[in-house]
Amino acid sequence: MRHTLAVLVENNPGVLARVAGLFSRRGFNIDSLAVGRTDNPTVSRMTIVVEGDARVLEQVNKQLHKLVDVIKISDITADEFVDRELVLIKVSVDPSLRGEVMQIADVFRARIVDLGKKTLTLECTGNNGKVDAFEESLQPYGIKELVRTGKIAMQRGSRYTGFTERSQKMNGNQED
Amino acid sequence: MKKSGAEILMESLKAQGVDTIFGYPGGAALPIYDALYDTDINHYLTRHEQGAAHAADGYARASGKPGVCLATSGPGATNLVTGIANAYMDSIPMVAFTGQVATSLLGKDSFQEADITGITLPVTKHNYMVKDVNDLSKIVKEAFHIATTGRPGPVLVDIPKDVSSTVAAYEDPGPVLLPGYSPAFKPDPKQVSRAARAIVEAERPVIYAGGGVVSSGAHEELKELAETLLMPVATTLMGLGGFPGDHPLSVGMLGMHGSKYANYAISDCDLLVAVGVRFDDRVTGKLESFAPNAQVIHIDIDQAEIGKNVRVDFPVAGDVRLCLREIMKQLEPKVESAWNGTINKWKKEYPLGYVDNGRIKPQQVIQEICTATKGQARIATEVGQHQMWAAQYYTFNRPRSFISSGGLGTMGFGFPAAIGVQVACPEETVFDIAGDGSFQMNIQELATVVNYKLPVKVAILNNGYLGMVRQWQELFYNRRYSYTEMSNPEFSKVAEAYGAVGIKITTPSEVRPAIEHALSVDEPVVMDFITDPEENVLPMVPPGEAINKMLG
Repeated sequence: MRHTLAVLVENNPGVLARVAGLFSRRGFNIDSLAVGRTDNPTVSRMTIVVEGDARVLEQVNKQLHKLVDVIKISDITADEFVDRELVLIKVSVDPSLRGEVMQIADVFRARIVDLGKKTLTLECTGNNGKVDAFEESLQPYGIKELVRTGKIAMQRGSRYTGFTERSQKMNGNQED
Repeated sequence: MKKSGAEILMESLKAQGVDTIFGYPGGAALPIYDALYDTDINHYLTRHEQGAAHAADGYARASGKPGVCLATSGPGATNLVTGIANAYMDSIPMVAFTGQVATSLLGKDSFQEADITGITLPVTKHNYMVKDVNDLSKIVKEAFHIATTGRPGPVLVDIPKDVSSTVAAYEDPGPVLLPGYSPAFKPDPKQVSRAARAIVEAERPVIYAGGGVVSSGAHEELKELAETLLMPVATTLMGLGGFPGDHPLSVGMLGMHGSKYANYAISDCDLLVAVGVRFDDRVTGKLESFAPNAQVIHIDIDQAEIGKNVRVDFPVAGDVRLCLREIMKQLEPKVESAWNGTINKWKKEYPLGYVDNGRIKPQQVIQEICTATKGQARIATEVGQHQMWAAQYYTFNRPRSFISSGGLGTMGFGFPAAIGVQVACPEETVFDIAGDGSFQMNIQELATVVNYKLPVKVAILNNGYLGMVRQWQELFYNRRYSYTEMSNPEFSKVAEAYGAVGIKITTPSEVRPAIEHALSVDEPVVMDFITDPEENVLPMVPPGEAINKMLG
């Protein structure tokens, strides 16, 4: 099963290598990984989508916790959450077919961000399913180039994965 | 007060109570060595950086204090890597400092540049490159904090040459603030109660004790637990000495070369009390057949170890010593049961043993060393057959007396480690039990023991083979001894050339006098025992087999 982890890390050099190295070394499968800084410039947030059963996920969680730079991990899979991904797609389109492609863009609420003599570059955001569908519908026109950001996600409602000076890793009994 | 980065490093080391460093100088480490020259820190110059790393490791294992090693950039740093990985696998507290090229030269393939933080990322608990001299004292403090707390491990600090040369103000960095690191915790009372109840209800319990008992200092607590409940205790290689080897409840070592009675006890128990262990494959053999009828209690400071290799019924996460104390509070003494009778019967029926044939038997050498030292020596080993015989035939009765590379299995570890042990315990007898293969992997450290008058006693069990590999070739590769036969130098003469005492021993009757002589001189001694060349380590669990299916 796919799990979505929100991981807060110290914004230190090499932190991405530490996390990525851990996954490859221990044979955990990363589906996607997106990283950027948070409102606190010393803290970055990674959204990691990882494939595995409950036992694998338990190890992923525990091994991530052991990294000194990892501050907090939330597996938000079971929660209600909003997830988004951004995709840029460049398709080669004969001017006569531009209208068709623009109609598809409309359906997906995608935007045209560049218009060339023979190409059209589109931007679309949404969850994985929408982005997949968008990609599929442009496939027949000939995709020249495609780039996806990987998924970012956030819990709905009042639950959050935030960093405060007092936040601890969620090792349960570490509080005392 | 203004100081250079190197001087700040010295202040920071002193603040951590460091009085001993093992190291090797070089270009990028020049400022550090210059500052070291003015301090009263004892620096031991090994003859290879790998020796420095293993010596720091041995020092840490014997003393319980963090070991410190120091090397220059590039090859100096990469030569430390095996030693760092070795400490990582066995959870040994160590801080390694490396010189690095100046920050302006980083990433330019400069002379003696190596990305040592990148290289050591998977074999350190954490590592740092100091890019600003103002961070240096804080980083050193954090490095020692991380290395010594929680599950211990090595931390590397890489210091570019301009950082060690730059002048800055030295201030005490204040308390360590690491929001992502919260080690050493007390167990959850619910986990403790469940584990205690399982122990009370068990009819055939066995304790499986490992290196965590030694590193948390839980040997007294373990003994109390075993004696109160009359539970037999099997130890791992790393756990030897964590429970007295001559105790009536001891069943010795378990696993691939464990005693038959230890492996039978594990295979038949209804409760496995795993204390400070990680269910290593050399211990468990075929996982599905390991303690197949047992419920499992797993006590460990590292949550990630619990449930990593085996299903655990009763996890207890926390410092082993604190956990055992809390569990003990809920237990009442038990009387001897049929289970104790069964164990004692197995101990009588399946003793360790070997057949005399007129040649020097390696097991006999170990037994003679044990007798001559009254079981009180600190024994370092290399890796291979001799290591297993040392584990089987020397009786370890106190923690930190068996110094051996368990997880990584590093040949060449024992001799430099013995240097660290002798430095940590100057009044004690320190042996390196070696093979002819392993000893040659760090033989250059003979210069170090002579240089510093460290009276380490090396006992080479010389069979002219890479014995353990040869044993596998004999048993599983149809006796095809592919590149395992070694033609060796005269070790006694090599020792003499370095200025140590060398003794060659070729007949069984010379064994005891040679050991007595080695013990009588306050000098480093190399004893070259020419042993029966094709002796095997038995019992042995064939790879992939259940641990109760032993050869021999």
